[in-house]
Amino acid sequence: MEPEVGDIVTLRKGNTSYEGIVIPSPKKDSIIIKLSNGYNIGFRKDSVEIINMEKKQKPKIFSEVKFEKRKDLPEISLISTGGTIASRVDYETGGVRWLMKPEEIFFMAPELSDIATFRNISSPFQIASESMTFECYKILAKESAKELNSGSKGVIITHGTDTLHYTSAALSFMLQNLSKPVCLVGAQRSPDRGSFDGSMNLICASYVAGHSDIGESVIVMHGEMSDTYCNVLRGTKVRKMHSTRRDTFRPINTSTLAKVFMNGKIERFSDYRKRNDDNEVYPDIEMEERTAIIKAYPNFNPEILDYYIDKGYKGLVIEASALGHVPTDTINEKFSWVDSIKRAREQDIIIVFATQCLFGRVDPFVYSNGRIMEEMGVIYAEDMLPETAYLKLSWILGHTNEYFEVKRNMLDNMSGEINYRIKGDKNGL
Amino acid sequence: MDYKELGLKVGLEIHQQLNTKRKLFCDCPTILRTDDPLDTIERRLRPTPSEIGEVDVAALKEYMRGKTYIYQYYDTNCLVELDEEPPHLVSEEAKIIGVEVSLLLNSNIIEEIQVMRKTVLDGSNTSAFQRTMLISTDGYIETKQGPVSILTVCLEEDAARLISQDDTTKTFRLDRLGIPLVEIATGPDISNPEQAKEAAYILGQILRATGKVKRGLGTIRQDLNVSIREGGRVELKGVQKLDMIPLWVEREVERQIALVEIKKELNKRGSEKDLEFKIIEVTDIFNNTSSKIIASSIKKNGGVYATKLKNFKGILGKDIQKGRRFGTELADHVKTYGLSGLFHIDELPNYGITSDEVNKVRAKLKIAELDSFVIVAGKEDICKKALEEVFERCKKAFLEVPNETRDALEDGNSKYSRPLPGRARMYPETDIPPFTIDSELIRNIKENLPETFDEKVNKFIDKYGLKKDEAERIVYESPELFEKVISSLDIKSTIFIKALDLSKNLEREEGYVTDDQTLYLLFEKVSKGIIAKEGIEEVLKRVSKGEDIEIVLSDFSSDNNSADVEFAIEKIILEKKDFILEKGDRAISPLMGLCMKEFRGKVDGSLINKILKEKIDEILKSS
Repeated sequence: MEPEVGDIVTLRKGNTSYEGIVIPSPKKDSIIIKLSNGYNIGFRKDSVEIINMEKKQKPKIFSEVKFEKRKDLPEISLISTGGTIASRVDYETGGVRWLMKPEEIFFMAPELSDIATFRNISSPFQIASESMTFECYKILAKESAKELNSGSKGVIITHGTDTLHYTSAALSFMLQNLSKPVCLVGAQRSPDRGSFDGSMNLICASYVAGHSDIGESVIVMHGEMSDTYCNVLRGTKVRKMHSTRRDTFRPINTSTLAKVFMNGKIERFSDYRKRNDDNEVYPDIEMEERTAIIKAYPNFNPEILDYYIDKGYKGLVIEASALGHVPTDTINEKFSWVDSIKRAREQDIIIVFATQCLFGRVDPFVYSNGRIMEEMGVIYAEDMLPETAYLKLSWILGHTNEYFEVKRNMLDNMSGEINYRIKGDKNGL
Repeated sequence: MDYKELGLKVGLEIHQQLNTKRKLFCDCPTILRTDDPLDTIERRLRPTPSEIGEVDVAALKEYMRGKTYIYQYYDTNCLVELDEEPPHLVSEEAKIIGVEVSLLLNSNIIEEIQVMRKTVLDGSNTSAFQRTMLISTDGYIETKQGPVSILTVCLEEDAARLISQDDTTKTFRLDRLGIPLVEIATGPDISNPEQAKEAAYILGQILRATGKVKRGLGTIRQDLNVSIREGGRVELKGVQKLDMIPLWVEREVERQIALVEIKKELNKRGSEKDLEFKIIEVTDIFNNTSSKIIASSIKKNGGVYATKLKNFKGILGKDIQKGRRFGTELADHVKTYGLSGLFHIDELPNYGITSDEVNKVRAKLKIAELDSFVIVAGKEDICKKALEEVFERCKKAFLEVPNETRDALEDGNSKYSRPLPGRARMYPETDIPPFTIDSELIRNIKENLPETFDEKVNKFIDKYGLKKDEAERIVYESPELFEKVISSLDIKSTIFIKALDLSKNLEREEGYVTDDQTLYLLFEKVSKGIIAKEGIEEVLKRVSKGEDIEIVLSDFSSDNNSADVEFAIEKIILEKKDFILEKGDRAISPLMGLCMKEFRGKVDGSLINKILKEKIDEILKSS
């Protein structure tokens, strides 16, 4: 009989025997057991003999959590969508799974119950953030609007960090007339460990959602490698800039809106849309799905562009080099983008150029190849991040296809996505 | 003592740092730093849910008010030690050493090895867990008194170094975090103090035989597990000196025997149920006390609190280790709360406390003939917690010798540190897949195992004509360097041993460990005659004070010009001309001393002697 997970077995290999509890093994042909000293060890199934086996242990059940609603605290709402911040480790097996109930978030930061009252905790879906689609943004926009319009002072959305900045940008455009805080929060370290960063992010986000005068879609995450404060970052001007660090989210072409500390202190750093609790938010969720981001790079074959044109795409955001350049004077003509861009424009496909440098602004007039593109109707997206431009374009195309209308809207500073005055900063970009 | 009769059981746990090129889970070098850190980061750690079982929000909040941890980091650290990047795969070099040590200990290598996370919440790991893996099990070593089993051999990462701490903050240095450690745990089958020392010595020799372990202070840490049949299990931490091991074991046995006797005496008098926990404030009695400790506590708005211990008359004054009484033991518990200690009836009146004050306390607490009391002074809540712990410890005195962790003291005694930790929670390090050690590699390591200690000693006796004790010394301390020096330089083994002695002294006195590279450079200069053997001490001393070896050496080389030497000697001779004329040939010895002092080891003694002789002869002849 094959031993099952949870069974207590004694295995013999040569002269040595090992007793332990069977743990799930990622490999089919091996068996892993947990010894009484806590160590897990594994064997090839065919290299050991099972000499004793006892009945299965009862699986451990996570303890329940109850939270008290306090009347003296502001009411906020929490929407849980998955990601590291919403995962838990089964200490017996080491397996990671999503939270079963959103309330389990209190395991990670029990202090939350002293900061705000959670009027509603919902979980419309639980996925890794790289798996998000426009459909998810629509659900989140509707859900947030519903909460805010029925009395919540703010919304916290827990989310995987990989694409957190895409979601924050999408909500910035979808949530029309927003004047309460919508805080997106994630974690860079797993919650099984004492050094979990998500607790502080959640605590700071609760202060922003319940107590601040901010009325925008923002990301609230660690401001530095230390557990000292979180930055409140504008949803359209923020990007994940490090694959692993806690302070991965950085403001691009702008500064942080505010710093939030663990004791609730909020230090303001730049202008933002102010809270107005009387305003009603309107979720405008129409999105064009046939849009894409394409990066320009040496030896890029414009056939790739032709693919999108032939497939009927309505809008493309090009991550062009520096000031907004794509190949035009290549030695071999087949690598020049001129003909493909021309063809796209002839078919009324909207082409937007944003800089792949991320920092700084595009400008079509400095070099001649920029002018060629500008004359063909390419829209130069100022200092907008490519990801923000992509979501903005998709949202605008959800409402109109008319070139001048799209261009006017793309260049209209709707949600702080454009900064006309980038300040010099000697400490960084 | 009849240890067999007592049922003595001793086990050893040894942690040895490995001298690998990189750390166990990242590519940083394994070096400790003494200079100022590049920068610091500040972190808070929190217990994770299932650690506290039921989620008691109040309790958790209390915990959250805990400490802030500051971590100093250097250019020899990376994001992994800062807990800002996942671990890299296990160092191959460390794996190989782990296997080599396992094979030398006759242990069976685990087929599929899984790196585990062991929860650590004292701040010594930035991640709040220590990564560790079991490499092998079920080995043994032979001692003169029979085999000692090896339960496990693990490979794990060393923790960060604690630099300072106060009530709210702990500061750690990240240089040590991640240095590979081999952890060897023996079974509890060591049956007497001498065997414990022998086993520790043999394990040390085996580790050194690999030639891949770090040397010097703090690179090997030993814990002793000691119990007797009627006693309890005690883990002694910080056992650094091998020669002291038997004494630590003996003193622990002594302590447990004394505690068993106390238990018997107490049970004759009554039972733990007679003890009633009641804290009584006695501050008013001490308002005009001449006890400095109590007076200063009251001045700082603290109070004086006492508790009665029924049937404890004389017990607190009983010796349990040489110079340590049961009262001292209770004071150790009180000190863990930050109080300076306690006073008990068996030592009073004393320390500025008068018999009048004692009598007033007796009256207030209604102390009967066989009762005792203890007094502590300080803030009320702290005193209460401390007295409660004293009370619990006294209750246990009726029942058992408590299992606990103790700190080994320099004099062979030990003091209470904390209860034996429960089994740490361990779960898999999900960022590193389980791995197997290639059987071909194991075979290869097996065929090329290093010589045993005795084999190597015999080889050194034969090959280099060393005496047995010299060979043992060199093989234990520095065999690779010795072979390198002897084969490439003109250095006698006596000079090598002298340098070894000097560097050992510096290690003992200054805590400075001279590295092989420095010693080799020094021997090179001695070999070429640039530095006299008399100069070795001076060079090592200056290097230990932080001077660069190259600069020190060039300093020595610069004024070693034989014309200069002759000139300097001539100067001395002229100054002492009268003395020479008076003493004749016998003047050479005191003058030699003067010259040696002048050159401070920069010039070879035989050269000075030769020149000096010539000059003295000249003067004597010319007169």
